[in-house]
Amino acid sequence: MVKYAARGDRSIVEETRPVAVIGSRILTWLNYVMLTGGAVVMLFPFVWMIATSLKYTEDTFTLQLIPSRVTWQHYVDLFGSTAFGNWALNSFIVAAITTVSVSFFGTLVGYILAKFTFAGKAFIFTVILSTLMIPTEMLIIPWYFMSAQLGWVDSYWGVLFPGVISAFGIFMMKQFMDSVPQDLLDAARIDGMGEWGIFQRVVLPLVRPAIATLCILTFLGNWNSFIWPLIIIQSPELLTIPVGLAFLSSELKDSSSWVLIMTGAAVSVLPLIAVFLVFQKQIVRGIAMTGMK
Amino acid sequence: MNPWFSVKKQKYVFIYSCLLIPLLFFAAIRLLPMLYSFYVGFHEWDLLSSEQTLVGMDNYTALFKDDVFVQSLSNTAVYVLVGVPGQMALGLTIALLLHRIIRWRTLFRTIYFIPFVTSVVAVSWVFRWMLMPNGIVNHMLISIGVDPQLLLGSPTQAIYLVIAAMIWQGIGFQMLIFLTGLQQIPRMYVDAASIDGANAWQRFVHISLPLLRPVLVFSVIIGSIDYLQSFTQVMNMTTGGPLNSTISVVLYIYELAFKQFNLGLASAATVILFGFILLLSLLQLKLLNRKMDY
Repeated sequence: MVKYAARGDRSIVEETRPVAVIGSRILTWLNYVMLTGGAVVMLFPFVWMIATSLKYTEDTFTLQLIPSRVTWQHYVDLFGSTAFGNWALNSFIVAAITTVSVSFFGTLVGYILAKFTFAGKAFIFTVILSTLMIPTEMLIIPWYFMSAQLGWVDSYWGVLFPGVISAFGIFMMKQFMDSVPQDLLDAARIDGMGEWGIFQRVVLPLVRPAIATLCILTFLGNWNSFIWPLIIIQSPELLTIPVGLAFLSSELKDSSSWVLIMTGAAVSVLPLIAVFLVFQKQIVRGIAMTGMK
Repeated sequence: MNPWFSVKKQKYVFIYSCLLIPLLFFAAIRLLPMLYSFYVGFHEWDLLSSEQTLVGMDNYTALFKDDVFVQSLSNTAVYVLVGVPGQMALGLTIALLLHRIIRWRTLFRTIYFIPFVTSVVAVSWVFRWMLMPNGIVNHMLISIGVDPQLLLGSPTQAIYLVIAAMIWQGIGFQMLIFLTGLQQIPRMYVDAASIDGANAWQRFVHISLPLLRPVLVFSVIIGSIDYLQSFTQVMNMTTGGPLNSTISVVLYIYELAFKQFNLGLASAATVILFGFILLLSLLQLKLLNRKMDY
């Protein structure tokens, strides 16, 4: 183009450039149109869920996206006439304990595997990582058998115990710990600090953002876990939200109960969306970091 | 500090005492149960009786003679072979679209990612509600002049609708992985290609795609492992029906173990599943350890 212009052939310059600009503008437009269409598809189920939960029971099958009249009654019913409040509390307790435990052991073991050399290190790391390959389905029968022998069936501990230490958590924290400068640790050692003191007062403050990421991912994962709580819990009042929701849905057979199911779905999904919106940066970084390796 | 308690010694005490509980945990809660599943797979064992009889490979031959198991295997193949490419193609498309724009990129990324963090069970029931015979989806079909469909009630359509729900939920993760991959491609390669006169499609096929290879391999393997273990959506959307047309291997394992109490058969089926996952994991190690040349 510059060549033509230098020769004074201005017509080509003037004609091709606007076309290219318009072409890329159209492309950008199309880009936004497609992304918006996709976004509508992604959000529609949530919108429909919330719309259904706010409708009067007799309006359930009206197909209004924005209900003409709105009621909060189903939210009251959900907590009043089902054990949903219990389930939420159970989910919270289980997820909170697991999160504390997973992040504690993940940080500690991740630190040791990243920053120390000792006999058997490679072997230990390989063993821990390879447990990630074992599908949960293969473990649930032995876990169930074990729980039955030890009296753990139908208890919080029964739900928790398989998840208190996570190989994923260790792996993720090791990735972050690799970037902690070794000089800092050596300096602390020369100053006479004990190993536990170094971990607590030098290492932990440095990896706090990483721990936050691990906590959020663990909490979300636990809040949503289904197959193991489904098997180990029998009493309705001990269920977690996902199992409770499936239980509720199988209990309520007539079609008018769909409103209540959608209300339950909304109550279990909306806090997660809120948590995600608040901690988006940490979640995205955690996934990008562990997913890419 | 006591002089006999040297720094070095203290270090080793620290290391091994910290590793003790985690190692015991992984041995007792992961490795031994896995070995136990292999063991049970060679036995006939009813959950209600304590008797275990050694039957060798009988459980395995019985499984392959079991029509439902064979059906669950072929369904699982459909989950993997339709779900993984579908999720990757859509995830890559969205990532490429997002990569081209600057304004509102974060907003779109947030929207596409939301389903991934939400509860699978809740979302499955929302899909089930939308896909009811007199639900919103059929209503939309009618309004554009298409006959109402059986949807989840149809042995031919149900499995693809379950896959659609899985893709819808997994697409945000896929997009994020691809977007991160695209952002790591050095800008100068793309610019150099443009200067050499490559158009957008050529730049995509000859620059972006080859450089995304590790990310693509990762996605294929992780996605396959994920879809091989299809369970929650199937359980909540169709419970395997109609006519076992959506039953997955994991759902069948669940039924064998906790509905029919046939632990021997169920364990043998988990061993088969484990075999597939192991194969994929080893493949991943092999493919990703190959060095990349820019």
